Amino acid sequence: MLTALLDLAPEALRYHSPVLVAVVPLLSAAICAVLPGPRVAWVWAVLVTIVTVGLSLLLLAQTPSGSIVSYALGGWAPPVGIEFRADSLNALVATLVAVMGCLVLVASFASIRDEIRADKTPMFLAAFLLCLAGLLGVTLTGDAFNLFVFLEVNAITTYVLVAMGASRDRRALPAAFNYLIMGSIGATFYVIGVGFIYAATGTLNMADIARIATPIASESSTVQAGFAFMIVGLGLKAAMFPLHQWLPNAYTYAPSFVTAFLAATATKVALYALIRVAFTLFDPAIPFERLFFTWVLAPMGAAAVIACSIQAVFQTNVKRMLAYSSVAQIGYMLIGVALTTQAGLGAAVLHLVNHSLMKAALFIAIAAVLLRGRTATLAGLAGIGKQAPVTATALGVAALSLIGVPLTAGFVSKWALLQASLAEGWLWAVAVIAIGSLLALLYGGRILEAVFFKAVPEDAPVMREAPPLMLAVLIGLALANLWFGIDAGLTTSLSSAAAGAIIGPGELATGGTP
Amino acid sequence: MTEFILERFNYWLIIILMMAGLYIVFSGTNMIKRLVGLGIFQTSVFLFYITLGKVAGGTAPILVRNWDTLHGDGAHGADDHGGDTHSEGAHAADPELQAPTSNGDVVVAPNSPTASPDGFDPLLALPQAQDADAIANPYGVRAADLQFGPGLADGPAIDGVLYTNPIPSVLILTAIVVAVATLAVGLALTVRVREAYGTIETDEVSQADLDVTAAKGSE
Repeated sequence: MLTALLDLAPEALRYHSPVLVAVVPLLSAAICAVLPGPRVAWVWAVLVTIVTVGLSLLLLAQTPSGSIVSYALGGWAPPVGIEFRADSLNALVATLVAVMGCLVLVASFASIRDEIRADKTPMFLAAFLLCLAGLLGVTLTGDAFNLFVFLEVNAITTYVLVAMGASRDRRALPAAFNYLIMGSIGATFYVIGVGFIYAATGTLNMADIARIATPIASESSTVQAGFAFMIVGLGLKAAMFPLHQWLPNAYTYAPSFVTAFLAATATKVALYALIRVAFTLFDPAIPFERLFFTWVLAPMGAAAVIACSIQAVFQTNVKRMLAYSSVAQIGYMLIGVALTTQAGLGAAVLHLVNHSLMKAALFIAIAAVLLRGRTATLAGLAGIGKQAPVTATALGVAALSLIGVPLTAGFVSKWALLQASLAEGWLWAVAVIAIGSLLALLYGGRILEAVFFKAVPEDAPVMREAPPLMLAVLIGLALANLWFGIDAGLTTSLSSAAAGAIIGPGELATGGTP
Repeated sequence: MTEFILERFNYWLIIILMMAGLYIVFSGTNMIKRLVGLGIFQTSVFLFYITLGKVAGGTAPILVRNWDTLHGDGAHGADDHGGDTHSEGAHAADPELQAPTSNGDVVVAPNSPTASPDGFDPLLALPQAQDADAIANPYGVRAADLQFGPGLADGPAIDGVLYTNPIPSVLILTAIVVAVATLAVGLALTVRVREAYGTIETDEVSQADLDVTAAKGSE
């Protein structure tokens, strides 16, 4: 199907697709900001995201395993000019981000109308498009400094989007402020790292850095310091365990639409950037990096899984519970990355995709609950299974997938992670995954119990089904969670190709440069 | 030892600024002060980059040589990087005509040729860019010497004029714009917090939130 798309697209479109994926939402945001009225702006934003999805699919079709699409921005050839560079991994992540952005936006019209003032909606959607452009830019750029610029385009708009939750709950404002402080520190740490790398290598192009930095990495403390700063900065953005404090509040108080979008994409993209730095800019075979993986990244991942799952169990606000769960899921992915095997990285990428599917479904369902006048607490969810069976079932399927029940997507990726850990003999990781899943059963079970087995409180507003578009997206995502749990062929092959592009079997991870 | 410290005074200043900024960010309770701290922290990083680009004795990276030639050939002045004498002919060529050769290099290949010297834009490449060191330093500035101490990064002079590396300055111009945008959003948030809570002290804000939660819980 993808190859058919490739044949269908005009040559120029295919040629420029790597950069258009990020540029289309970036430029359309300006138009979106001046459109009259929320409905027009929403239609425009939906059209833009659909075009973006098409372009990202085009890019995915051009990067079957092993091949790299390089695009010289403005015709300045790399390594001097800025390069956009797509391989199986970032084409997959870009497609995921574009598809999730599109789905969440399509689903959320009623929710946006409900939570955002009508006169501010065009601006709000413009910020959303900029945020999307930033995420896609981070994903596709092949230039270390350009990555910072897109990271900040994304981050600044995210602060605005989170703060827009203030009309519902004023606590969104301090949450956004704290996020701003932490996010800026993270981005600045990344810039310090880039500075060190530039000092040692004299280049900013990632493939070029890989070529020059890898041989000198073991002796040069400059390169090692640069690596450390970059990882800490990106770890903060990805909500790596001790650096995740900004995330629960930001997710809890942001508008429902923003929470669904961020949970499905933002930390994923930061994690992608972390993988890119750790595997492409540097070789994981370098001794100091190996130490980092074994003694920093893997324990942090394990701590995230256990500590944040426990925190999730004790939350009564479901948005906050799911936010803590997100940090825990990042922990699973970090364990997969820390294995530094193709199987481990493949499992991490697979979990990244699946987690995006389940969290999008869960947060859209929560948006539906809020839309009907209920609160996003366990008490607010009580009994919605009887009043809105379809919405509740979709929510239930996503919750089961989050727990990792067999025949759901969440099971497939956790199983892949388990196998990858066993192959490396990391029995403690197996234990951590098992404990994490048990804890997920506890907090997921609390959601399921409230939805299906609690009686409806007498004073609670009647929970009707979600609006048609939202319901359609919810059903689609729930079915995707089931489908990729039963037939994981597509996601598995894409994620293992992505992992192969980063660490091919027996091939140095130097981004394909000689 | 004293020499070791004094020689690197710029780095010490940067570290002091950086730590002061971070301390203000984390210890401050006033939101404006925290933003100021963030600004100091970011400024220290800007200074770090400027220090990286500085070549001892180098002048600002603005073309000095060939002024007369350029003056007579005004149309190409902006594109002339004055890199070398050998490529005077190349400079004479119209950049618009050169563009297609380097424009939009979409390469679908498992091995990217980006690292090869041929990948250089003819407008930017130096003729001696053959060995790895020269590729790494297209401007002839040996920033890699940073770790051996400042002042040793004695890049080769270009036609008798020693230039400072312009790349870090350009990067930092971008980063300054980003920092200004972040500051603007931060200040806007501070205004909104003041409207919503009547204070910009973060501890009072969290106390107000706790009071609300407690009031709800006791109902």
